[in-house]
Amino acid sequence: MIPQMSRITRVLFENRSVATFELDACVDAEPGQFLMVWLPGEGEKPISIMDPDPLTITVARVGPFSTALHQRQVGDAVGWRGPFGRPFTVDGRHLLLVAGGYGAAPLHFLARRACDAGISTTLALGARTGDDLILVDRFRAIGCTTVLATDRGDVGYQGFVTDAILPDLAQFDRVAACGPEAMLYAVARMCWDAGVPAEVSLERYMKCGFGICGQCAMGDKLVCKDGPVFDIEELRHNRDFARFTRTATGRRVSL
Amino acid sequence: MSPEEVDLSTAICGVHLRNPTMLASGIVGLSGEVLARVARCGAGAVVTKSCSLKPRVGHPNPVVVDYGAGVINAVGLSNPGVEAMVAEIRDARELMGEERVPIVASVFAHSIYDFGTVARYISEAEPDLIEANISCPNVEEEFGQLFSSTPYVAAQVTRRVKSSTNIPVIVKLSPNVPNIAEVAKAVVAAGADAISAVNTAGPGMLLDVESARPVLTNRVGGLSGPAIRPLAVRCVYDIANAVSVPVIGIGGQSDGRDVAEMISVGAVAVGVGTAVYRRGMEVFRHMTTELAELMARLGIDSIERLRGRGLPAGAPGRPGSDA
Ligand SMILES: Cc1cc2nc3c(=O)[nH]c(=O)nc-3n(C[C@H](O)[C@H](O)[C@H](O)COP(=O)(O)OP(=O)(O)OC[C@H]3O[C@@H](n4cnc5c(N)ncnc54)[C@H](O)[C@@H]3O)c2cc1C
Ligand SMILES: Cc1cc2nc3c(=O)[nH]c(=O)nc-3n(C[C@H](O)[C@H](O)[C@H](O)COP(=O)(O)O)c2cc1C
Ligand code: FES
Repeated sequence: MIPQMSRITRVLFENRSVATFELDACVDAEPGQFLMVWLPGEGEKPISIMDPDPLTITVARVGPFSTALHQRQVGDAVGWRGPFGRPFTVDGRHLLLVAGGYGAAPLHFLARRACDAGISTTLALGARTGDDLILVDRFRAIGCTTVLATDRGDVGYQGFVTDAILPDLAQFDRVAACGPEAMLYAVARMCWDAGVPAEVSLERYMKCGFGICGQCAMGDKLVCKDGPVFDIEELRHNRDFARFTRTATGRRVSL
Repeated sequence: MSPEEVDLSTAICGVHLRNPTMLASGIVGLSGEVLARVARCGAGAVVTKSCSLKPRVGHPNPVVVDYGAGVINAVGLSNPGVEAMVAEIRDARELMGEERVPIVASVFAHSIYDFGTVARYISEAEPDLIEANISCPNVEEEFGQLFSSTPYVAAQVTRRVKSSTNIPVIVKLSPNVPNIAEVAKAVVAAGADAISAVNTAGPGMLLDVESARPVLTNRVGGLSGPAIRPLAVRCVYDIANAVSVPVIGIGGQSDGRDVAEMISVGAVAVGVGTAVYRRGMEVFRHMTTELAELMARLGIDSIERLRGRGLPAGAPGRPGSDA
């Protein structure tokens, strides 16, 4: 599928480095799937779907592409192709979402589907400081309970979000997580130990986005096609999970 | 005849393949672990992503787009470099264990000299075969023409690679030449042990009409997939009419019928690229099942009997002809 162009209809700054863009499009997608977002002349990057209708993405400013996107305004055109990848499972009665940073974006889409399906949904969100906790009001508005944690302790629990929720893990019959890989590994470990079914959404450097180039290999999986969402049982023996990634040349390096 | 009675095994330069389906170069084959997975999915052999002496990041995204009739790509030969690829090949072999299938190491370079150096280096990994991807620009030439464009240059590269390794060498040809048979003859005369054909066609260009910009950052890219199948079949036909070395047919094959078509014009094996994403990695198993069923229906019990049926009598690529 070749990219299509859509116009930005709304821009919301979540904090000093994260912005949400609403586009005049909707996409037939499942939570956890992603798009390849294209700015002609600036490049193309994988970005999760935060909401499918209207199509909404939430992007952290971390480098050239995201900075260029942040400079776009209402009325400007953005290209996209997708959706790509394997989505989260919408299932269970008590769902725990664990998010770090912009990992909250795909989990927002999942939370919406889960709440619509009558699943009681809790969001545990971690960040460095209170200002880095994004989308909290949106999660509350769709009916999620929220647990917040910050490294600094200025908002919520002081420390890792995984430590904040560990004592209550037994209350949940399914976990879904997205965020830094070290956090995902911590989530996987506690869910392996507790025997709670869990899925985590991973990132690798992507080129094609649909399973032809091999760039996003993680162990024997292709993150763009076999993932980005993986059941933690599939990752138990993965040699790369939380240990190795691949650079843009494809070289395997320690995380 | 039942499909189980069909013998799908084939060989390239004495290297035995349990079936004629091979992973094409540059398709998911960056890591040893994924190569091993492709083998588990039923491929008869696997080919690595093409590697060069130094790592390369390739072109900026977008680099691969599916346009419906096929795929256009300008990945730009990104690769982790030959040193990393040696490790990936060793890893692949170890992970395959007992279920080992032949591993083909694909190499390229930007000068004739470096082609030899990278071939010598990759030989350390002891791949079963080496494939020289000569569809890349020669930077020593004024217009950066592809090595595959002229029979003379293609032969020079072949000679250099052959003199740098003891492992059998496959030379991979580009379809973007007026007379592919002439290039095939030149590389065989220069010592090529086998030929694979074809690499991507074109280049082509795809525009976003709203922004009026080419979709690929590189503006142009090579075409693959069903759109180029008839082109690839014609190329292999021409090659098998001109030379008697084993030919690996590549370009647009999606199912068992397409594999049979390629083998009928003289190929001993078939490289599968675009279909790996369209039908998933299980495509190798599906294709071999379909091929066996088709052959059983036609009453053809071996690849050797299927091969070259579509070639003129006496064509060098037809079994039994001793050209
Ligand atoms: C499946 C998936 C979903 C994502 N969803 C979001 C999202 O919803 N919001 C968001 O802000 N970010 C998301 N990202 C990350 C986003 O793609 C990168 O942050 C972005 O590409 C950075 O580009 P840049 O030019 O701004 O920064 P750069 O300086 O180029 O890179 C900064 C970081 O982004 C990574 N990155 C760069 N290019 C790529 C690429 N082609 N593929 C993968 N990672 C890359 C780099 O490894 C580096 O860690 C997602 C990544 C993946 C793989
Ligand atoms: C994304 C992509 C990357 C490729 N990379 C290489 C490569 O590194 N080396 C090479 O010799 N051919 C490369 N090719 C060409 C394929 O090996 C094959 O010759 C071509 O795609 C035609 O086969 P298909 O129609 O089955 O895809 C690449 C093709 C694609 C689509
Ligand atoms: S990004 Fe190309 S296979 Fe995943």
